[in-house]
Amino acid sequence: MAGSIYHHLLSRGVTRRDFLKFCSATAATLGLSSSMVPQIAEALEKKERPSVVWLHFQECTGDSESVLRASKPSIAKVILDIVSLDYHETIMAPSGHAAEKSLHDTITKKKGKYIAVYEGAVPTKDGGIYCFVGGKKSIDTCKEVAAGAMANIAVGNCACFGGVPAAKPNPTEAKGIRDIIGGTVLNIPGCPMNPENFTAVVVHFLTFGSLPALDSLGRPLFAYGKLIHNNCERRPHFDQGQFVRQWGDQGHRLGWCLYEMGCKGPMAFQNCPTIRWNEGTSWPVQAGHPCIACATPDNWDAAYPFYQRMKAVPGVGWQANADKIGLGVAAATAAAVAAHGAIRAAKRRKECSKSEDEGHE
Amino acid sequence: MRAVEHALNITIPDNARILRNIINAIQAIHDHVIHFYHLHALDWVDVVSALKADPAKTAALASSISDWPNNASASYFKAVAGKLKAFVESGQLGIFANGYWGHPAYKLPPEANLMAVAHYLEALDWQRDFIKAMALLGAKNPHPQTYLVGGMATPIDPNSQNAINANTIAQLLEYADRAQAFVDKVYIPDLLAIASFYKDWAGIGAGVGNFLSYGEFQNDNLPNTTNVWLPAGFIKGKDLTKIEKVDHKKMTEEVSRSWYKYAGGDDKPLHPWDGETTPNYTGPKETYKELNTDGKNKYSWVKAIRYDGVPVEVGPLARMVIAYAAGHKEAKGLIDFVLGKLGVGPAALFSTLGRTAARGIETKLIADKLPSYIMELAANIKKGDYRVANTDKWEPSTWPAEAKGYGYHEAPRGALCHWIVIKDRQIANYQCVVPGGVNASPRDAKGQRGPDEEALIGTPIAKPDQPLEIIRTIHSFDPCMACAIHAVDANGKEIVQVRVR
Ligand code: SF4
Repeated sequence: MAGSIYHHLLSRGVTRRDFLKFCSATAATLGLSSSMVPQIAEALEKKERPSVVWLHFQECTGDSESVLRASKPSIAKVILDIVSLDYHETIMAPSGHAAEKSLHDTITKKKGKYIAVYEGAVPTKDGGIYCFVGGKKSIDTCKEVAAGAMANIAVGNCACFGGVPAAKPNPTEAKGIRDIIGGTVLNIPGCPMNPENFTAVVVHFLTFGSLPALDSLGRPLFAYGKLIHNNCERRPHFDQGQFVRQWGDQGHRLGWCLYEMGCKGPMAFQNCPTIRWNEGTSWPVQAGHPCIACATPDNWDAAYPFYQRMKAVPGVGWQANADKIGLGVAAATAAAVAAHGAIRAAKRRKECSKSEDEGHE
Repeated sequence: MRAVEHALNITIPDNARILRNIINAIQAIHDHVIHFYHLHALDWVDVVSALKADPAKTAALASSISDWPNNASASYFKAVAGKLKAFVESGQLGIFANGYWGHPAYKLPPEANLMAVAHYLEALDWQRDFIKAMALLGAKNPHPQTYLVGGMATPIDPNSQNAINANTIAQLLEYADRAQAFVDKVYIPDLLAIASFYKDWAGIGAGVGNFLSYGEFQNDNLPNTTNVWLPAGFIKGKDLTKIEKVDHKKMTEEVSRSWYKYAGGDDKPLHPWDGETTPNYTGPKETYKELNTDGKNKYSWVKAIRYDGVPVEVGPLARMVIAYAAGHKEAKGLIDFVLGKLGVGPAALFSTLGRTAARGIETKLIADKLPSYIMELAANIKKGDYRVANTDKWEPSTWPAEAKGYGYHEAPRGALCHWIVIKDRQIANYQCVVPGGVNASPRDAKGQRGPDEEALIGTPIAKPDQPLEIIRTIHSFDPCMACAIHAVDANGKEIVQVRVR
């Protein structure tokens, strides 16, 4: 169909083969079987590029920066071929009144047909006076844009759960988007979000006409269905009680488990260990730094102190998703680790220090 | 991190210093390229005019300024033009909708516009690839996770596959090579070509003429060392013959025009160690068209940041001006080369064009320097030094009950410093004075304008309802506030009228 995403790609010199390759990559990120590739391809052949309105509130633009690093598909493909990014303060050409016109045009002319993406928290204290953009309170803009959107997607921990602005003492009473507009908001948390999860959600939506399955926190299961700790490449070291105990020690150099250094992987749901970051280059644990649970609600308080081992509290098992474990996840899962880790560690400590002495000098 | 290291008097290991230098370099190169192509180029480049370009002539122009392989290819530019045409004909202009296309202040011929659009797209791909260098050392970008008080969390061990090893060094060198190639063959030639059509902008947007840099790329491991590659300094009133030493005590903030309240009076400047952050919003409570900035009204969330009582510009221009005045060999050579190419004198630096050119010059300087830092890391590893962190003060029990510190950093956008006061081993006060705020700071009790505001005075505006010229100058500072850009643009006309009155 003329005007479809596929037609558009063809006119830009993309071959059918490349197109199908892109569909397969998307299916893979979404965790779909390859039998879904024709369905994705068919959907993209039919649809016009849908409008996307991307709003910024209390944030650092890290999620916008992050989306520039998207590789499957790349950001150039996303904004030129897949969606029509009609409003985005950072990268749009116009500024000021001309920019506001773009927003106004889109939400009136495309009412009910645009996807709204939110980056940043919304302050609610004193009627929401702590964030104005273009002379308008962000709380008003947020509600107005949400009312006409066919889907609402929050990107980054701030838009999802309040993030840094909502960290104690939360001086502006900042909230995540779901707490402002209610209803279904798809949350792609992280600090920032992983861009591959964002593009996969958009393609899923265009392909199947619906949002992917979500957990009770609004996070797509394909990306947030499993604990980091359960997919972590250092898990064998955890199981054997081989822990990093100081920055640069032998365990650190050999890639042992970072649990004792404060790793929050046992309370964090995200697919970092499987898709990693920057085209699969690395992720925090791989680089030697503990996970800070950046996709978890209130992580700046709940996962703090970042460099202290999770505290022991009565526990639950490992094989649960976020809903089964519930919001007390930090405390609850910590117990299991504490018990497990501590026993193992005690058992192995002698061995560790021995092998450290024998370390390759 | 540096503020705490300073407060606790922690000296970091060599490897941590070198790793920080490498990551700072990667960050600066990456940021500046994205700023030029994706956040600033469309202020100078008319995308719609590119549709009229002849691909063969574009290749002739592009290959005359650089031997970048694509530049010689008419079929490459033809493909880009075809893509652009299809995009425009789809009727869905996305981020390009409502741009000021066809504005009389756009001066590039269609071929130069097409070349720039092609490189806008290439730069999108380049940045995604290059930033993997940072992920190799810092786990991810944006928001790398490896910085620790006392060092870095990325281990080093040439005999481990879970640490920085020869493989990492080889990859880093490869990324550094690609960065140099892109900067030398795409960014700098494009910058010079575009600038040559906008030489009048060397006389517009001067700003306050006071410049500050804390210095960056440490040569030794002491907190806030003055032994740095890009020099620290303070220059007042565009006087290149005199560089004052930087003293953090001269940095102050006051809030007479900002939405905060100070216990001892809003117009009393406070040093950040004594800083207060008590919101006092007096602006409109509902939707408004323009802020009332008259008289003594408060109008900004940014504090009036002053150094030695005057507003200062920070950023690549400040760093390059200070390096130039200090006789920094590589910087001076490059700046003189660019000034010569454009046929202008050093006074041209004090302008919107100078600011944009300085960012490019700095990018090349740093891209040329990056390989030497990677080799320095390799040489240090070769000596058998695998230390990445000084952990003597890792446990809070080792800290003094009370301490004070500050930490200098030159971020891509400019001078940044954090001040910390520790009491009972806890943070009693923490103030960040960031480059976006320094440049965007509002008027103070004496009526002195901040750098962004001052730079707009006298800007010629061809079409008051399309203030493209205002955007150029504001963007030349690489502001970090999407919302602030909007506010300033909405007020653009008004600022000019203020001058007339
Ligand atoms: S505690 Fe952290 S490093 Fe250790 S296995 Fe779990 S997620 Fe991996």
